[in-house]
Amino acid sequence: MTRLFTLNKYFKKYKGKMSLGILFILISDIAQVYIPLVLKDSIDSLKKNPNIELIIKYALIIFALAVLSGFFRYMIRQTIIVVSRKIEFDIRQDFWTHLLRLSHRYFQNTSTGNIMAHATNDISAVRMYVGPAVMYSIDTSVKFIVVIIIMLSLSPILTVYTLIPLPILSYFVYKLSKKIHKKFTLIQEKFSDITTMAQENFSGMRIIKSYVREIFEIEKFAKESSEYRKRNMDKIKIQALFAPLLFLITGTSIIILILVGGNMIIDGKLTLGDIAAFMFYLGLLIWPTIAFGWVANIVQQADASLKRLQTIYNEEIEIKENSDTDKSITKINGTIKFENVTFKYMDNLPEVLSNISIEIPQGSTLAIVGHTGVGKTSFVNLISRLFDVSSGRILIDGNDIKSIPLNILRENVGMVPQETFLFSDSLQNNILYGVEKANTELLNKVSDISQLTKDVNDFPQKFNTVLGERGITLSGGQKQRTCLARALAINPKILILDDSFSAVDTKTEEEILVNLKEFMKDRTSIIISHRISTVKDADNIIVLENGIIKEQGTHEKLLELGGIYYDIHYKQLLEEELEKE
Amino acid sequence: MSNINKDDEILGKAYDSKLMKRLLGFVKPYKKYVVIAIIMNVVVAALGPLRPYLIKIAIDDYIVNSNYNGLVAISAILFVVLMFQAIVQYFLTYYTQLMGQNIIYDLRIKLFAHVQKLSLKYFDKTPIGRIVTRVTNDVESLNELFSSGIVTIFSDVFIIIWILIFMFFMSWNLTLVSLSVLPILFYATFLFRKKVRESYRDVRFQLARLNSYMQEHITGMSIIQLFSRENREKEVFSDINDAHKTANIDSIFYYAVFFPIVEILSSGAVALIIWYGGGNVIQGTMTIGVLFAFIQYTEMFFRPIRDLSEKYNVMQTAMASSERIFKLLDNSKIIQNPNSPKPLVNFKGNVDFKNVWFAYNNEEYVLKDISFSVNAGETVAIVGATGAGKSSIINLLNRFYDINKGQILVDGIDLRELSKEDLRNQISIVLQDVFLFSGTIASNINLGDESITKEQIIEAAKIVGADSFISKLPSQYNEEVKEKGATLSVGQKQLVSFARALVFNPRILILDEATSSVDTETENLIQKAIQKLLVGRTSIVIAHRLSTIQNSDKIIVLHKGEIKEVGTHQQLLSKKGIYYKLYQLQYKDQEIK
Repeated sequence: MTRLFTLNKYFKKYKGKMSLGILFILISDIAQVYIPLVLKDSIDSLKKNPNIELIIKYALIIFALAVLSGFFRYMIRQTIIVVSRKIEFDIRQDFWTHLLRLSHRYFQNTSTGNIMAHATNDISAVRMYVGPAVMYSIDTSVKFIVVIIIMLSLSPILTVYTLIPLPILSYFVYKLSKKIHKKFTLIQEKFSDITTMAQENFSGMRIIKSYVREIFEIEKFAKESSEYRKRNMDKIKIQALFAPLLFLITGTSIIILILVGGNMIIDGKLTLGDIAAFMFYLGLLIWPTIAFGWVANIVQQADASLKRLQTIYNEEIEIKENSDTDKSITKINGTIKFENVTFKYMDNLPEVLSNISIEIPQGSTLAIVGHTGVGKTSFVNLISRLFDVSSGRILIDGNDIKSIPLNILRENVGMVPQETFLFSDSLQNNILYGVEKANTELLNKVSDISQLTKDVNDFPQKFNTVLGERGITLSGGQKQRTCLARALAINPKILILDDSFSAVDTKTEEEILVNLKEFMKDRTSIIISHRISTVKDADNIIVLENGIIKEQGTHEKLLELGGIYYDIHYKQLLEEELEKE
Repeated sequence: MSNINKDDEILGKAYDSKLMKRLLGFVKPYKKYVVIAIIMNVVVAALGPLRPYLIKIAIDDYIVNSNYNGLVAISAILFVVLMFQAIVQYFLTYYTQLMGQNIIYDLRIKLFAHVQKLSLKYFDKTPIGRIVTRVTNDVESLNELFSSGIVTIFSDVFIIIWILIFMFFMSWNLTLVSLSVLPILFYATFLFRKKVRESYRDVRFQLARLNSYMQEHITGMSIIQLFSRENREKEVFSDINDAHKTANIDSIFYYAVFFPIVEILSSGAVALIIWYGGGNVIQGTMTIGVLFAFIQYTEMFFRPIRDLSEKYNVMQTAMASSERIFKLLDNSKIIQNPNSPKPLVNFKGNVDFKNVWFAYNNEEYVLKDISFSVNAGETVAIVGATGAGKSSIINLLNRFYDINKGQILVDGIDLRELSKEDLRNQISIVLQDVFLFSGTIASNINLGDESITKEQIIEAAKIVGADSFISKLPSQYNEEVKEKGATLSVGQKQLVSFARALVFNPRILILDEATSSVDTETENLIQKAIQKLLVGRTSIVIAHRLSTIQNSDKIIVLHKGEIKEVGTHQQLLSKKGIYYKLYQLQYKDQEIK
């Protein structure tokens, strides 16, 4: 449970409000607890001192106390529960800030769904602890102590007798909720089985239909659903005990009160007013008794959630600035040098790039071709430091890439990744994503270069057109051109195009390449492509195969060589001819 | 900003008689449960209010009159009533939940079975996630309606009726006085319900926004980092997080006001009872026991009314879900069997396409005037560039879709005159992307068909050459296949799917060869397996392998939805047309190996 103390830093921030909240709990509880005492006096006065004015006075006091208690109950929620929401905000904010720092590798290895589960379920479990659980445990403790003191002062014997059943209730609530929680986990598991089964069935519909397996699939699904029903009933068998146990135990308390208290009245040791007060107090204690068991469970769940959250917090931040970082580096010119660079995704996995050495002079264009999976994307990911080299080094302007401040490096590397990812935001915001301030001139310029302007003009809301589910869906080529514009907008010294024109038609691509030539005049660029037409004008072309540079040279030189590059070139000519048929 | 599915967010009416009528149709098989539940409900509802009345007797008749024995006796009766109430309550909950679970089960199976019947056109157009939600979450939210919603509303009404009976029986004027706070409670509840609903919607909206922001930005994390936008995304997130917080804090306000008001009203009722009832006691027209009973009754009375708002939400969600469920159940995109299908006896496996035109949407034809025939036992290879319409041809022969114009015949009978099941039983299909279900290797080969024995499975696996790797697995044929078959390599999965096709011993085989590259050894296995599969049956192959093409009786060259060339490998090569180019492009490499 010590893990929960790590939350103290959040509580500390709201010390003042929390203390106020606790004070309000005290006031509200005392006012509430005072009501039965007035009730007692009023009932007793009916016998001893029948006076209608006195009764009215008592009635008014009861109402006034209720209003007082109610007002502070309102204030409690406005302080403690509000604080819990603020803490939830803080936890979420910290969580997100941490995620932003985690490395590419983490996101490749962890599914988004998994991270989301932490962000939603676990954080809300922790909030249940910081809010309701804390509120109720303070409220409960205060009420318990005050009520029991008053009950004892009225009649110690009756107090002991009537309270005997209550700990049993707490115990049952705790035990049963624990059991129910377990059963619930089993139910959830089955539910996710059913979900998976449905998902699989619907995705494999072609196979099911063609092998006429529908009946079998329905039976299989029915079997799982039946198991799900059974597990639900297992839970219900226990859950259904809750309500009966609750009024059985509290009812027993009341019966003991009537029996024992009644005897004491007959013996003249107690008044009817005392019984009325007791009855009220027992009523007041029921909720706290349940809350004890309930809170215990919340605390356990919060603890488990916190444990899961901490594994994320303990995740190593692989790529970050450290003592090697040279803060004096504030700009980049763009000469890139690979020195014996070897890269593998994990120690036990084969090498993706083996001992690569190459120099890319400032202002030149390097093109990379090769089949899928030969390490082309890994090559460029190392330059933007999405990953770090496994051995060897990469130098930019003669500085080890690891010594360049991360933001300086990335602000100067414009990357157009293979997978086009755009945010569901306006076109303008997507294109100017890496730019501090909106700038129409820049927006128009990069859109022109990317041959996007004409498309944008066809949209009713031009650059304000929203992308994604709520807006329009761009074609693959439009997406790629938007990604290009986004990379150009940061005015990069190094531009990386990772197969960025695969969905763009050849004519448009040629136009873009012509535009880029001007833009790239003294910038370094690296172009990965499957199309010879894209790479043929590059200053240097390398062919990667199995992690090494198999062929290197200019277009003409490589054609003369008659190797892999020549083969690719020939096939593309054929494809073009086919397209014309 | 977010991808909240509007379809899933609509909250409509809390009660819709048409929907309710249909829902009640599912209750019919459980009439017995309903009767039992109602009887138990009436009993439990009476037992609760009986107790304050018994306590009144204890006070007025025994305590005030100093009757020890009477007090013990009535305490015993109280305890018996309590026990009885507890037991009945337990079974009431149990039976209503059982009923709810059974109804949900029936509904879920019915829905699932309906989806099985839907045509592939439906699956092409509907995201799978959405269909899954119908069968899982939407059905689930009806559970609450059946197991707690309807029943508790009944029992609440019964309780209120019983309390009123007891109260009026004891003192009608004190009843009126103590219930005078009710209109305020009703009003407060009504207002609260309305406000909370609005703010609940806001909270849900903000939460969805928060989640979809996170979802999207976790997916695009590399873009954030590559463009050094961490700090700005932190701020953007902060705004969204803040809006979520504010929405929640706003909703706290309503709870913070409502619950104290209920408490104040409840105490107000007690004060009224003390005032008016106390006065009556002083005048001697009322006993103290009645006062006690009334104080307890007001407490009992408040709870059901306070819970009303919650019930409303349950009803509303259930109505919205059932609307979506019924919409799916009413979907009739089903490829119909003819009324009296022609029998398929001594099926040989002749296939004829006669001037077939086909479009997935409207008039965008993907196949134009396709005619060809395959004699029983022949192998036809279909080749063509991507998008030529190859996959559409094999989709049609299985009657996954109906054609727009023309005719497809097997053994001279139009497909539309056969039952889909008879037809498909004669055809095995192997798709390019192998689909494996979670289960064992064996169950993936026989697809759960018990009539296919273990021996047959092993035999089929041996023929296609899958047995060698399967027998090396720790549990061999009982080895679990993980989600999407992650434990097996691509090549191994293909071999499993070959065994599957073979074990069903079809007359017609449809094979969409996989393009993905595998190691040479597996490639050899696959080549051999394909040759064995083709023997003695009519086969239509979308060919990506040179060996398949060379061994086929006929090659059809499909280009942009039309048949451009037909002939054998050698014939087509010498033509130097489209096939020649395709061959250079797609198959020539295979020669070198």
